[in-house]
This record gives sequence, structure tokens and C-alpha cells, in this order.
Amino acid sequence: MAVEIGGIGQSVKRKEDARFIRGKGKYVDDVKLPGMLYMDIARSPLAHARIRKIDTSKALAIPGVVAVITGKDLVPLNLHWMPTLMSDKQMVLPTDTVLYQAQEVAAVVATERYIAADGVDAIEVDYEPLPVVVDPIKALQPGATLVREDREQKDNHIWHWEVGDRAGTDRAFADADVVVKQDLYIPRIHVSSIETCGIVASFDKVEGKLTVWMTTQAPHAIRTVIALVAGHLGLAEHKIRVISPDIGGGFGGKVPVYPGYVLAIGASVLTGVPVKWIEDRAENIQADSFARDYHISAELASKKDGTMQALRVKTIADHGAFDAAANPSKYPAGLFHIITGSYPFEKSFVEVDGAYTNKPPGGIAYRCSFRVTEAAFTIERLVDVLALKLGRDPAELRMQNFIPPTAFPYTSSLGWEYDSGDYGRALRLAMDTIGYADLRKEQAEKRKRGELMGIGISSFTEIVGAGPSKNFDILGIKMFDSAEIRVHPTGKVMVRLGVKSQGQGHETTFGQIVAEELGIPVADIAVEEGDTDTAPYGLGTYASRSTPVAGGATAIAARKIREKAKLIAAHLLEANPDDIEWKDYKFQVKGVPSKSKTMQEVAFAAYTNHPQGMEAGLEAVDYYDPPNLTYPFGSYICVVDLDRGTGEVKIRRFVAVDDCGTIINPMIVEGQIHGGLTMGLAPALYEQINYDEQGNIQGGTFMDYLLPTAMETPNWETAKTTTPSPHHPIGAKGVGESATVGAPAAIANAVVDALAHLGVRHIDIPITPWKVQKILKENGVAE
Amino acid sequence: MIPASFEYAVARDVADAIQLLGSSGGEGKVLAGGQSLIPLMKFRLAQPGLLVDINRVKGLSDIRENGELRIGALVREADLDMNAIVRERYPILVDTTRVIADPLVRNMATIGGNLAHADPANDHPATMLALRASVVARGPKGERVIPIDEFFVDTFTTVLAPDEILTEIRIPKRPAGGGGAYLKLERKVGDFAIAGVAAMVVMDEKGRIAAASIGVTNAGPTAIRARKAEDILRGQSPDDKTIAAAAAAAAGESKPWSDLRGPAEYKLDVIRVLTQRAIRKAVARATGGK
Amino acid sequence: MAVATAPTTSRGQRTHKIHVTVNGVPHDVEVEARTLLVHFLRENLNMTGTHIGCDTTNCGACTVLLNGRAVKSCTVFAVQADQATVATVEGLEKDGKLHPIQEGFHQEHGLQCGFCTAGMMMTAVAFLATNPKPTELQIREAISGNLCRCTGYVNIVKSIDHAARVMRETAEGKA
Ligand SMILES: Cc1cc2nc3c(=O)[nH]c(=O)nc-3n(C[C@H](O)[C@H](O)[C@H](O)COP(=O)(O)OP(=O)(O)OC[C@H]3O[C@@H](n4cnc5c(N)ncnc54)[C@H](O)[C@@H]3O)c2cc1C
Ligand code: FES
Ligand code: FES
Repeated sequence: MAVEIGGIGQSVKRKEDARFIRGKGKYVDDVKLPGMLYMDIARSPLAHARIRKIDTSKALAIPGVVAVITGKDLVPLNLHWMPTLMSDKQMVLPTDTVLYQAQEVAAVVATERYIAADGVDAIEVDYEPLPVVVDPIKALQPGATLVREDREQKDNHIWHWEVGDRAGTDRAFADADVVVKQDLYIPRIHVSSIETCGIVASFDKVEGKLTVWMTTQAPHAIRTVIALVAGHLGLAEHKIRVISPDIGGGFGGKVPVYPGYVLAIGASVLTGVPVKWIEDRAENIQADSFARDYHISAELASKKDGTMQALRVKTIADHGAFDAAANPSKYPAGLFHIITGSYPFEKSFVEVDGAYTNKPPGGIAYRCSFRVTEAAFTIERLVDVLALKLGRDPAELRMQNFIPPTAFPYTSSLGWEYDSGDYGRALRLAMDTIGYADLRKEQAEKRKRGELMGIGISSFTEIVGAGPSKNFDILGIKMFDSAEIRVHPTGKVMVRLGVKSQGQGHETTFGQIVAEELGIPVADIAVEEGDTDTAPYGLGTYASRSTPVAGGATAIAARKIREKAKLIAAHLLEANPDDIEWKDYKFQVKGVPSKSKTMQEVAFAAYTNHPQGMEAGLEAVDYYDPPNLTYPFGSYICVVDLDRGTGEVKIRRFVAVDDCGTIINPMIVEGQIHGGLTMGLAPALYEQINYDEQGNIQGGTFMDYLLPTAMETPNWETAKTTTPSPHHPIGAKGVGESATVGAPAAIANAVVDALAHLGVRHIDIPITPWKVQKILKENGVAE
Repeated sequence: MIPASFEYAVARDVADAIQLLGSSGGEGKVLAGGQSLIPLMKFRLAQPGLLVDINRVKGLSDIRENGELRIGALVREADLDMNAIVRERYPILVDTTRVIADPLVRNMATIGGNLAHADPANDHPATMLALRASVVARGPKGERVIPIDEFFVDTFTTVLAPDEILTEIRIPKRPAGGGGAYLKLERKVGDFAIAGVAAMVVMDEKGRIAAASIGVTNAGPTAIRARKAEDILRGQSPDDKTIAAAAAAAAGESKPWSDLRGPAEYKLDVIRVLTQRAIRKAVARATGGK
Repeated sequence: MAVATAPTTSRGQRTHKIHVTVNGVPHDVEVEARTLLVHFLRENLNMTGTHIGCDTTNCGACTVLLNGRAVKSCTVFAVQADQATVATVEGLEKDGKLHPIQEGFHQEHGLQCGFCTAGMMMTAVAFLATNPKPTELQIREAISGNLCRCTGYVNIVKSIDHAARVMRETAEGKA
């Protein structure tokens, strides 16, 4: 029965595959409208400069170039600046100063993509270079080059944010037996979904209606933002339709609003013709929101016996030229204060200072909930630093300190209420799966022979599913999410959601939730998302919030339907509703299995034979405001071998035990974990965006921004424990990002472990072969 | 990323290609596999006025061995890898071609283009130096055979005239007791080399190195030959000490620079390590091992 | 299919008339010399199953078969495909029957967002034609010019292996 329904817990094959494997997906760049124009963008080669002159005449002389837009053109429309999601503002196009390399300077609209590119090539800009500041620590020093002249505040400090008990934590440190301290830099990286960002904007002058197809993870929020930014041009929210078609990966990079979107919309409104803008990869990496870039100084206090007591963390957050992060409004540093991780610190204190620099704006996630990877990496590294200081086995030290399963719901010293967890069970399973004890033996033997292998553990706790409306909003919009379910007379179902899949398989998993709740086969359930004209309002898909929030909405909307259906079933069965039970995916008279009605029969009756006095039809909407966040967790163990000659790190094995509560579709969950692990591997060993002193990007294309291939990626081994979330309607916690959060520390810990006998305590990621080789050389063990 | 506009012509044969290039007023460029040229054109770092497509020229895609190994300039990396003669007798070429770019790029990229492009980061130049190859070029004045030592002038510059076509690569027949290997370290698969070392040795009956040649990738403005290392090896038995000394010498002759592939100092160590490993592998192959 | 090698393109011009057979269907189209094959497919022929993911020939989202070989169509000019055959993802399904590689990707969950999928499948099709019984490492090598940001490759490897098995069984059945 269950298999047929394809309900919760089944590895139902994905519905969305049918179009993708045939090349019939519809991504933004596949949208082609009659008369459509193409836009391309000229960008600044300098990181900080005054624009003396923009000469567009040569570009305009090219046959096929329709228009060139510069900042000056936007001033009368009041579109030269736009708000960011973080109460900052951002230039759409500069009127006099550029603040970072690759910043948009002018847009060319032409009849063809190639001609638009020629137009960009023909734009001549005369720049007067200005001093550049790229290091946020220097940027915060007095007398530093001022990045944002437009602000009243004449320094580069954006905000200070702190949480926890400063005095109590200081006291705990003063009294502690043992204190370890570690500075960590978590470098700037970029999500680099394989599809870049783009838009097709189509303004119908007669109807006054704007339709946009856009690579966005949050179509509804975007609609509201467009209405807020361009309302004065006559764009009202009911005349704006945002369609987020198939999305080729998001990972956080498709949450913000980029100037290119605004320019394409502006160009379409002005010309009355559809305008397409698709950024190329260099633009995507060089100008779109980055992630991380946190300079962290972390300290941990413990007793002699290893009992962890207090945590103190100071961080400088580099936001580039504009704070264009996409955090919930109240949390400028996101949920970074999940940094106490899986451990019951009595006292903790965290402070973060945001800084402006002459670098691209951002501070978004990278397949992780807001700043959670930064937190998990820090605490899991720090625990290993403590283990080394105390001469303890890192697994054992974790086991000793974990928040015990009996302590849930557990309120952390930084104010989070963890819903459920059993950290020891996950770590034990990981250790058993990988054969931890044997590996330690092997390591000892190898060390004697001069061979370098390391074992690294990460027992992370995530925080996802933003979030409860009392604390969570973006631009004031509460972070609920929604589902609307309609059961048609023939028992087929249409589900519409406020979230938006970018590869997570929503058409399948949300169908499974409904299948489970309504007893209708998943094949008969259509799931639609991403069209603001039809879908209910929601905040979108990022920070692993779809399952925790929209999944809750879906289950509850389905339950609303079941409640009504029960009354109809009672009517059909001529029984008292109290005598009807939902069993084996059917309504039956209690104790009389022969007297039953299927949901399909009830659905038909809802339109043809519903009880007198009842509204016809069978549908429900739910706007789900989660009572709490969810706290997925896991334990990862990584084994590495190091090449003593070249410093290369080879991952031999990696076991990931995840606990994301109730699993809707094990196949999809495993796929999410594989992908997340690979995006954890990437920053651990390969990816980084650096800037030289002049603010020139280092690694702005896939030649130098190193996404792992199938050759670098190990054959991930996964396992699971299941600790349902007590407050979630189906007990699910969300999983899309756990692995990205947990993996980097496991890998870094493994490499440090391989070198620990040489006195190594930390290596900043990405752990490149030359960092390792330098250590080997300094210690006289290099080949 | 869209290339600037250009004119395009398909060359019927080599003479036609030479003629087309000659009449382009210096604006012409040969299009072979296009895997270096087209990326440059997309970034508009190259804006040739005329592309002369030599892909349809017959007779440039053969691999033959008679007296020496002759590889047509248009031989694709993937075909080099699959060629029976190469697989059987020139494993160093298999080593090299397999670490160039990725399998899809290798389906287009040509060995002639790899040399003509004269990128010190390309892998064939070092191997050709080690193999003591020569290249055949044809121009308006006829054909000339250029020893590989004289071929590379500077980064992206060879001795080829703008209207000369590289038609063939000639590699001396693998001598008895000869063996070679190419080793490359890359940041990830598909990347250009942090460094690469090609080593060829000829062993005498007494187990000594009768001749050795070593080429290094990404160690200067062009691929370089590590002559001092070769001198150290010549006449010696391949013991650890000799190999270590040769490897140190190879690093000493290299002039890598610091960039996103690592600090120069690191690269020197990599060159030393790879040289040791490449010599060992070459010796093993020469003496019948793998 | 036999391919004439004699060029029909006019010489030394910026636009050229080309004859290309895509998935068995011949097309005669006038293109600019600089038109990249991927744009020719997507814009001129409206075949949008082939994608673009980078500017530097790294990602392989644009992979198609040119005369049977897997190439990155963002790094080939359309004029180079004159008189050639091109195979794209749209041609994999034949007479309503999915190609084993498509089945493999579906069965083994080898795709998530689907953006890299066409390129991965085309690479795999060409690869399996030369190596019908690959090892895991050989599959990984074969797709090392195709980037996927979603799946972590494990299931892509399984998908290709799945297809290899099915194709071998079919071949044996026929033999
Ligand atoms: C992603 C990527 C990764 C790469 N990684 C590597 C790597 O790791 N190692 C490596 O060695 N290479 C690498 N390459 C480069 C690749 O091997 C190139 O194909 C090669 O450098 C040039 O060969 P081609 O046939 O493509 O030449 P083209 O790009 O067609 O031409 C290159 C240059 O040589 C000239 N030329 C070509 N053939 C001739 C000829 N017969 N006579 C005269 N001039 C000629 C052209 O005019 C042009 O100036 C990589 C390329 C890419 C796209
Ligand atoms: S688009 Fe062709 S390789 Fe990336
Ligand atoms: S499935 Fe999304 S990039 Fe591969």
C-alpha cells in the first residue's frame, strides 16, 4: 500500500527528472520572447575610482545597439540606488564613484547578445584611481580610506553586534584551568551554481504589467522588493508577476537582488520590449554576492578534565562595499551564535563587527543557513585545539562534553532552544562505520614509518528553518511559508508553494507529504512553485527552510483538508464523524473496515454530493509560522593521507552520519548530503577568492576558482540516525546544507591531525598543498 | 563572453593556409583545436582579423613510425592517447596527453597547437624537450625542420613566422634501454600544471644512465631543459644520491614565479620532487618495469 | 553517417552558410563566423537543452557530440561544424524510448537542478561507446571535464554505470 502511495519515507523517483533528462527544462536563458532585446553590462576594471567621463558614442554607433544606460540616466528615475536586504543601500549604477572591481558601470541594450557584447567593448570610461582598502582590519583603523562617502558616518564600520554574557564569560575565562585560543580566517568564497544569474523582463505598456522570469530563490520577496523600489514608476504589486522557472542551483547566490536585474527591468519598462540579461561566469564570480570572509578569534575555557565551560568569540565580517547579505533583519551576523555547537557551554559571548572594503558586496550563505558554517567550523576546530592541548582523543573529548539526549529541549547560553538531539549516538555510529579504533592504530604505525595520515571529526549542530515570526523577518516580512492544496473532483491534486526548488526535488518531496496525509498516490499530485501570480506568498528556499517551514505548511494544509474530508466521509458513510477514523489511507467506520471511503471518493463527493450547509470543494491554505527553528546535527569522520613531497591532501575515506529528523525521501536526502559534502570539501581544500592590494580579484573564473571535479571528490559514505523534531508537524528538520556546514571542519581536523605530532594546531582553509608542504619543510619531514 | 567579429576561411591544404595567412596582412591566425585560441578570443584577449581553419587539411593527422616517430600537427590529444604505437613505445607521451586539460578538451586540442601556442604552462613542450623532438614548419619559402631547443622564443612566441604552419612533430625512435615519464602536479584535474617534469633516460648494459634529458613545465617564460641535471645523471647509476642531486639541480635551473598555483619557493620544491619521481619512473620503464 | 569534408563555406567572410545535421535533421543556416556552436544550437535552432555554465571551457554544461566526439560547444565555432553531425540531449530519446543513460540518471538520482545533466549525459554516451565496461575510476576520469555543483558526483557515477550495464545487456541480447 505505502509503496503505491509514495508517502513519507519512500525513495520515490523524482518527477522533475522527466523534463531535465530530455533537455526540456526551462531555465531563464531558455525564455525567448518576440522582439526581445539583450542587455550586457560594462564593469569597472578598478576597485576604487572616480568616473571622470563615460563615452557611449562609439557603442551607440554600432548597428543594433538600442540604448546605453549609465548612472546619470537613472537619477531622474531615482533608480541609481536600491535598498539591500540588510537596511543598507547599494548602487545600481554609479554616478561618480566605483567602489569595487567588476562593479556595474553601464548597460548596453541591443538587438542581439553578440551586439550587446560589442557595445560593452566600445564603451570608454575615464577613471581617476582612488586609494583602495581591501583588508577589513585595516579598513576599521582610524584614517583608513573611506569606502562609503555617501554615508553620514565617516568610517568603514557598518555595525557592531553582540550576544551573550560578556562579564560572566570573562569571569569564567579568568577562573578556568585551561584556555585555548585560535585565530581563524574563513575566506571569501562563491556559490557558483552552474547556472549563472539572469532575467527576462517583459513590460506590457498597455496593461501596465511587468512579467519577469528570474533566477531567484525567493520570487515573492522579489515581487515585493520590485514594488518597493520601483513603485514610484507605477509598478504596483498586483501588476508584477515574478516567475522563477527551473533554477540551475541556488545555494544562496540567487537570494539577493543584483543591479543587472534592476537594469533589465528598467530597460524593459522604458522600451516596452522584453529585455534579457544573462550574466557570464566571470561576472557571476566577480560581482555577485560572496559568502564567508570572516576573521575570527575564538577562545575556549575548560576544566583540567576537559569539561568545556566558556566560549568567547570576536569576529570581523568583511561585507565589501555594501552590506548586501540576506540575513533575517534582526541578525546582521546571521545565526552565527549557534557557535556553541553540540556542547553545553555555561557562559559564552560573541561579538561581530561589520566592515566596508573595496570589494564586491555580499555576505550571503553558501549552501548553509545564515553564517552557520562559520560557526560550526570554528567550534569544531576549537574542540580539536583543546584536545591537542589536553592530549586527549578528539572523539572521546566530544563524547564527554556533548549536550546529553535527556537535556532536550536545551537552551544554549546564547539563547537558542535546541529541539532534539542525540549527538553521542551519531558520533558512535560514525566511529563504528569507519572503524575508528583501527584507524588510530594504523596512524600510529604509519607515524613510526614517517608516513602522514590523519583522522578528523566534526560533530556539528545546525540551525535551520527560519523562522518563527517573533524573531525572523526579511525587510519586515515575517519568515513564514505557505502551501495551498486543491483536491480536484477526480481525486487529483494541485499543490502550490511559496518556496522554490533549485534542484532539491520539491515536486517530488512535497507531493510525498501530501500523499502521506491524504492517501492519494504521489503520481496524482502536481506541485507548482515559483509563479507569484498563482502561488501563495512565501519567503522562498534558502537556509534549508523549505522542509521545516513550507513542509510544515504543506502537512497542515493537507490536514485541514482531511478534517473536512472526514465530515464528507461521515456523510457518505451515514455515520457520525466521531465514529470515522483515518486508517490505511482511508476513512472507515471504526471497527468496520468494510465500511470505508477513499480520499478520491470523498473528493468527488465534495463537488457532487457534499453535506447540506457545508461549502463545496476540497481545498486549504496554510501559512505556517514555525514555533521554533530545527536543529539537524551529525558526525563526520574524514581520513586523509598526505604526500610528503608535494603536500597534497588525499581524502581516503569520509563517513557522514546525518540526523535530519524524519526523512521524507531517503534517496533525495542522500543526494542532498552528497552535494553538501562536496560543497564542504570545496572550501576546505580548493576554493577561495582573494584580492591583491589594488583590489584586483584573484580567481575570478573557473580557471582559478576551483570547483572540485569527480576526481577530487571522494566516494562519500553516508549513514543516518533519526531524531525527529518534536515541534514540526512531520518531525522533519531539513538537510540541504548540513553537510556543507559539517564537512570543512572534519577535513581540516584530519589534516591538522596528520601533522599534530609536529606541533601543528591549525591551518587556515583552503588547505592548499603549499601550506602543507611549508609545514613539512619547516619540520624537516618533507621529501 | 563573446568573441569580437572576424573573417573565417577554411584552408584546403597547407599551401592554401600559408597563402591565406600571407594575404591577411598579419591579421591572420591558424585555428587548430581552438582550445587555447577560442577562450582567448572570448575574453577578447585575442582579436584576429582572419581565422584560417586548418582542421580540414588532409595529411596532418597521422601518427607514423619509420626511423622516427612522426606525429601530424593536427593529431588530437585523445587520438594520441589511443594510438597503439604511442601506447606501446612512448608511454611518456601517454603520461603527458592524459594530464592535459580534461577528456572533452582533449577531443579537440591538437598537439601542434599545444606547441605552437608556446604557453610555458602547456605540458607537451617539456616532454618534447625531453624527447629531443623537432618540429616541421612550412611557409612560403618551403619547409624547415626546427630542433625543439630552438623552437620556443618566449611566452606565447615561437620561431614560427606568422605565415608558417607547423605540420609535424618528429621524435627520435626510442632507443634500446630508453625510457621516459612525465609527471605533473595540478591543483585539480583539468588544471594547468603547478609544475611538470618530463624525464627521458637511456640506460647502458651496466645499469648506468648513458643519456638523460629533462624538461620542466611552468619553470620560466618557456618550458625549460634542465641541462645541469642531465649532466649530473649522465654516466651515473641511478642511485638515490645521484637522483637527488639531479633533482636539486633541476630546481636550481628553474625560475618559477609566485601565483595562484603557489609560491615560487614551493614550486621549486615540487620541481625537485617531481624530477626525482620522474627519473625513477623513467629508469624503471627503461629497465623493463612499469 | 558519412560526412563530406569538403567545405561549402565561402572564404574570408564574416558570415557563412553552413550545413549541419543535428540529431539527424539537416539544417542550412547562415551564421556569423564568430557564432559559437552552443549559441547556434540555442539561439538559431532553439534547442535549449544544451547549457552554458562558464566562459573558460571548464564546466562542460555545453557538451555535445561533434561527429560522435564529446566536445565543449562553447569552444567550437558553428562554422567548424559545417558538413558535420551534431548530437545533443534532445536527440537521446528515440521513438518515445529513453536512452539508457537517461534511464540511468533517473533511476540513480544522478541529477538535482538538472543544469549540468545534458552535458554529463552526452559525455557519458560518447565515453561508453569507447569503453562499455568502465571502472568507477574510469567513469570519474571521463566526467572530469564536467562540473556539477549539486550532486557530489557519486550518483552520477552510479547513473553512468547503470547505463553501461543496461547497454551491455542489450548488446548481449542482440548478439
Ligand atoms: C580548460 C582548459 C584546460 C587546459 N589545460 C591544459 C593543460 O593542462 N595542459 C596543456 O598543455 N594544455 C591545456 N590546455 C590547452 C589545450 O591543450 C590547447 O588545446 C592547446 O594549448 C592548443 O591546442 P589547440 O589545437 O587547441 O590550438 P588552438 O587553440 O587552435 O591554437 C593555439 C595557438 O597555436 C596556433 N596554432 C595552432 N596550430 C598551429 C599550427 N599547426 N601551426 C601554426 N600555428 C598553430 C594558433 O594560431 C594559436 O595561436 C587547456 C585548455 C583548456 C580550455
Ligand atoms: S559552457 Fe562550455 S565548458 Fe562551460
Ligand atoms: S545537478 Fe545541478 S549542477 Fe549538476
